[in-house]
Amino acid sequence: MTTHDGIAKGWTRDQMAARAAQELQDGFYVNLGIGIPTLVANHVPEGMTVTLQSENGMLGIGPFPFEGEEDADLINAGKQTISELPHSAYFDSAQSFAMIRGGHIDLTVLGAMEISETGDIANWMIPGKMIKGMGGAMDLVAGVKKIIVVMEHCAKDGSPKFIPACTLPLTGKNVVDMVITDLAVFARPDHNSPFRLIEMAPGVTAEDIAARTTAHYIS
Amino acid sequence: MSKKLYPNATAALDGLLKNDILIASGGFGLCGLPERLLDAVRESGVTGLTFVSNNAGIDNEGIGKLLRTKQVRKMISSYVGENKEFERQYLAGELEVEFCPQGTLAERMRAGGAGIPGFYTKTGVGTLVAEGKEVKNFDDQDYILERGIVADLALVKAWKADETGNVVFRKTARNFNVPAATCGKVCVVEVEEIVPAGSLDPDSIHLPGVYVQRMIVGAPYDKKIEFRTTRSREAA
Repeated sequence: MTTHDGIAKGWTRDQMAARAAQELQDGFYVNLGIGIPTLVANHVPEGMTVTLQSENGMLGIGPFPFEGEEDADLINAGKQTISELPHSAYFDSAQSFAMIRGGHIDLTVLGAMEISETGDIANWMIPGKMIKGMGGAMDLVAGVKKIIVVMEHCAKDGSPKFIPACTLPLTGKNVVDMVITDLAVFARPDHNSPFRLIEMAPGVTAEDIAARTTAHYIS
Repeated sequence: MSKKLYPNATAALDGLLKNDILIASGGFGLCGLPERLLDAVRESGVTGLTFVSNNAGIDNEGIGKLLRTKQVRKMISSYVGENKEFERQYLAGELEVEFCPQGTLAERMRAGGAGIPGFYTKTGVGTLVAEGKEVKNFDDQDYILERGIVADLALVKAWKADETGNVVFRKTARNFNVPAATCGKVCVVEVEEIVPAGSLDPDSIHLPGVYVQRMIVGAPYDKKIEFRTTRSREAA
C-alpha cells in the first residue's frame, strides 16, 4: 500500500478495522459508524459474542440478506438492507438513544475529519460546504462508554488530522479514547490524560509519525 | 365500526391542516414513512409548514415531495443528505433548517408528549448545538437544556392497528413513529391492516390507542428501499 504522502507502508482500511476489532470483548454491545467502522463487524474474533446496535432501532444486526430476501422494513442506520438474528430486538428511536445516552453501549467506532490532542472530535460539518447534519454522532460520542476513532492519518492534501485543536465545528468535546489511523494507534486511559503512541503499522517509524502529527502525544 | 377509522388520508386530515403549523412525522429514511398522509398534505396545498422529522425524505419521496411544491418553511432534523431539492432550497435561503442531534430529537419529541417541557443532556455540550442554551453542571458533568416538542399534528406509519387504535410496528419501521405519535396534539396513523379488537396481544402493543385519534388503511404499499445490499447464497 502506498499512502498519499509517499510512505510505502501502513495499514489498509481493512487492517485498521481489524485493529479496532481487537478492542472488542465478549458480551459487548457495540455501535459501528458508516465507512471503515462498518468493516469492524467482519473481524469479530471466533467464539466471541458481540451485539451490534443500529441507532434506527435494533440490537443484533445480522448480515446483508440473501438476494430476494431484502425487507424494506429492515435497514441499518446507513439505510442499507440487513437481516435479523435469533437474539435481535427492535425498539423506537427514543429508546435507541436512551441506551446510547445512558451509557449502556460499551463501544462505538466512528470516522473523523479531525481529532484534537485533548480528545475533541470533528466529523459532521465543514463551514461553507453543504451541511447534511450530525445524525446520531453527537449522541454516540456523548454517551457511549468507549469511543474509538478510525481515520486516515493525514487528509487528502497531506495535512495532519490529529492536531492540537480542531479547526472544524466539534461533534464532541474531550470524548475520544483511542485513535486508529493507517499509520499508528494512540490511546489514553482516561479523559484527563494525554494520548500515548501505543502501536505503529509495520515499517512505520516514530519519526514518520512525528512528521505527520501536530497533536502533542507521549511516545 | 371503529370511530377512529377514516376512509382515506384526505378525510382523516380534514380540519387538521392549516398554514404554518408544526407537523411531527415518523420514519427513518424511507423506512416507516407515512407516505399516504404526506401525499394528502401535499394535495391540500397548505404552506409555511414546519416539519420535525429525522430526515427530509429524498427527491420525490416523503417530505421531499412537499419541498418540491414549496410547502415547507422549516425542517427540524438530524440528517438531510441524499436530497438535491433540499440542498438547492437550503443553499438559496428558501428553507430554514434546525439541525438537532438524532437522540436529542427523539427525546425532545418523547418529552413533549410526556408533558416534559425541557430536559438536560450531555449530547452537544461544547459544540454549536449548545449555543444559546442553558448549561448546568450535575455531578461534575456539564449538560445543556433542550426543549420538549409538542406538534400540532403527528403523522405516523404503522403495521397493524386494532379498531381502538392500539398499534404495532414492524422491525426497524418503528423508529421515530412512536415519539412522533406521542408528541402530536392530534395523531393520525396509517396502517397496513386493521384487525379486530382482541387479536393483538395486549402485552405486545407498541403504541397504546390513547395516543391515536384517527387512522386509515394505506395498503397496498410498494415499500421502497434506498440502498439494496445483499449477499450471494454461494458465499454463505
